[in-house]
Amino acid sequence: MDTVLLITQAVNGLQLGVLLFLLSAGLTLTFGIMDLINLAHASFYMLGAFFGATVTIYTGSFTLGFFAAIIAVLIVAWIIEKVIISQLYTRDHLDQLLATFGLILIADTLVHIIWGPAGLAIALPPLLQGQVTFGGVTLPSFRILIIGVGLLVALGLYWLVNHTRTGMLIRAGASNRRMLNNLGVDVGSLFAAVFCMGAALAGVAGILITPITEASIGMGNDIIITAFVVVIIGGIGSIKGAFIAAIIIGMIDTFGRAFLDQLFMTVMPAETAETAAPAVSAMLIYLLMAIILSLRPAGLFPPKLR
Amino acid sequence: MEASSKRSILAGAVFLILLAVVPVALFYSGKIFWIDIFTRLVILAIAGTSLYLLLGVAGLPSFGHAAYLGLGAYAVGVPIHYATIGGAEWLASYNGWWQFFLAIVVSALFALITGAISLRTRGVHFIMITMAFSQMIYYALISLEEYGADDGLSVYASSEFAPLMLDNPVHLYGICFGSLLFVLYTVHRLQHSRFGRVLQAAKQNETRVLASGVNPFKYRLLAFVIAGVIAGYAGALMANFALFISPDMVEWSRSGELMFMVILGGSQHLLGPLVGSSLFILLEFVLSRWTIYWHLPFGIMLLLVVLFGRGGIIGMLRKGQQS
Repeated sequence: MDTVLLITQAVNGLQLGVLLFLLSAGLTLTFGIMDLINLAHASFYMLGAFFGATVTIYTGSFTLGFFAAIIAVLIVAWIIEKVIISQLYTRDHLDQLLATFGLILIADTLVHIIWGPAGLAIALPPLLQGQVTFGGVTLPSFRILIIGVGLLVALGLYWLVNHTRTGMLIRAGASNRRMLNNLGVDVGSLFAAVFCMGAALAGVAGILITPITEASIGMGNDIIITAFVVVIIGGIGSIKGAFIAAIIIGMIDTFGRAFLDQLFMTVMPAETAETAAPAVSAMLIYLLMAIILSLRPAGLFPPKLR
Repeated sequence: MEASSKRSILAGAVFLILLAVVPVALFYSGKIFWIDIFTRLVILAIAGTSLYLLLGVAGLPSFGHAAYLGLGAYAVGVPIHYATIGGAEWLASYNGWWQFFLAIVVSALFALITGAISLRTRGVHFIMITMAFSQMIYYALISLEEYGADDGLSVYASSEFAPLMLDNPVHLYGICFGSLLFVLYTVHRLQHSRFGRVLQAAKQNETRVLASGVNPFKYRLLAFVIAGVIAGYAGALMANFALFISPDMVEWSRSGELMFMVILGGSQHLLGPLVGSSLFILLEFVLSRWTIYWHLPFGIMLLLVVLFGRGGIIGMLRKGQQS
């Protein structure tokens, strides 16, 4: 295990963590504040990727694609909130889960109809194709950009929730929705705004990952469950918790996949280790969740009592 | 009310008799294809009925039920795989008793461990944790190169239960249908036993149950294990039916579909999952012939059922009768 490999893997873990944070920020806010469980968040991630990739291919500019993705996802999210999600706030969680599962099926099929069954790949913008060298470690600059954007969003959200009037209203709505409504605040619009913001962040995550993987149908359907694990470990409704849990999970997942086989080989025959390590590393984050929840059933940073 | 409940028992009985006769009659009149559709329907109904025990009786919305189908299927597929290609002598066998025993033990253990953790939580946490545990199985199966990873494995033989031949469609259907009847009867008896009463009481008001000196946790855990075992058994049947196992059986959207079947039929009625799976199979069959984009009308229908169809099909029929 040399240092360069260790640092490279740490950066990969950080990148996964940051992506998970972008996804789980919206989830934890809608979850904690509106008591809404929204599987269709996965679809905003996918739509961000497809809209962004299309505009990037059409105009040749990744920057344009990036912002077009955000705007398009905002519009779609606004419509879906108005027409469907707003009906679900008062329903129980199972209804919300099934209805948003229906939305995923609809979104996946619509993407299939519009863009066809194959994925959309885009090249990196020339400016970001290079590599950056820090003290002997060479890193692709695009990964640095992803991490930078994620950290900026985290700071921005922290500032928004804790130091602005809007943030105050969001926290107040989470503690007592009806009281806030009675005080003359339009809770419905506030929640709609939070929902759209969360969707836009998922869209950002989607377009950021597209140059590395590609935009494909159902691309969000697996990572969304990991994002839910992040939300649960961090404590439902807590931005800080989501950030810390996302980084922890990103790191553990990456390091598990990279180094667990070597660790296993020290205690068991190489052949067994090679079979066992991938399976165990795939299960690591769920084991972590099980341990954390058996110690703290409400997650690491549950919001203060309502 | 008395008359309407008699009528619904009659309707249920007629439905079951049709289910027993029609596929076999079609098979012997040369329409071989249909029995496959009915076999899948019945296996899904068994899994759905086990979910009904959790969701309808105990009020525990487990969203990771597909995990048991997968575990049960792999418990059949893996011993057959080794028996065919060699290796792992302690596991390899064509013997159906051994495979179904494995399916039940593995499902029970998984349910016991994950249930002990999940049942400490409530509401959304419970939904998400059961889902996450089933994803854990999904990712574990995907990373097992030995069993074909995400491509899955073909199962080259059926479980051997002499004199029954599971590779004979009629025998297989008979076993599946008999199992369904047995599971329906068991869940019915459980629901009306003291055990079921405690589960239902704890669903309505946990504090009162605790105050009367009963700890619902043990009861819920037992229900969780029973439901897991039944679903694992359904998975073992599924492996014999499909002769193919893959991690795809465990993906969370499978759990979502199973949940949808239960809700569609009516999550408060014993026969709800059977009605739901029948309708599900019918929808899938009709829509997928009509268009390759059949998930679109399917998703819209799911949305509509959740938004407007409270109580599922059986609930709506009952309401229609009463008014």
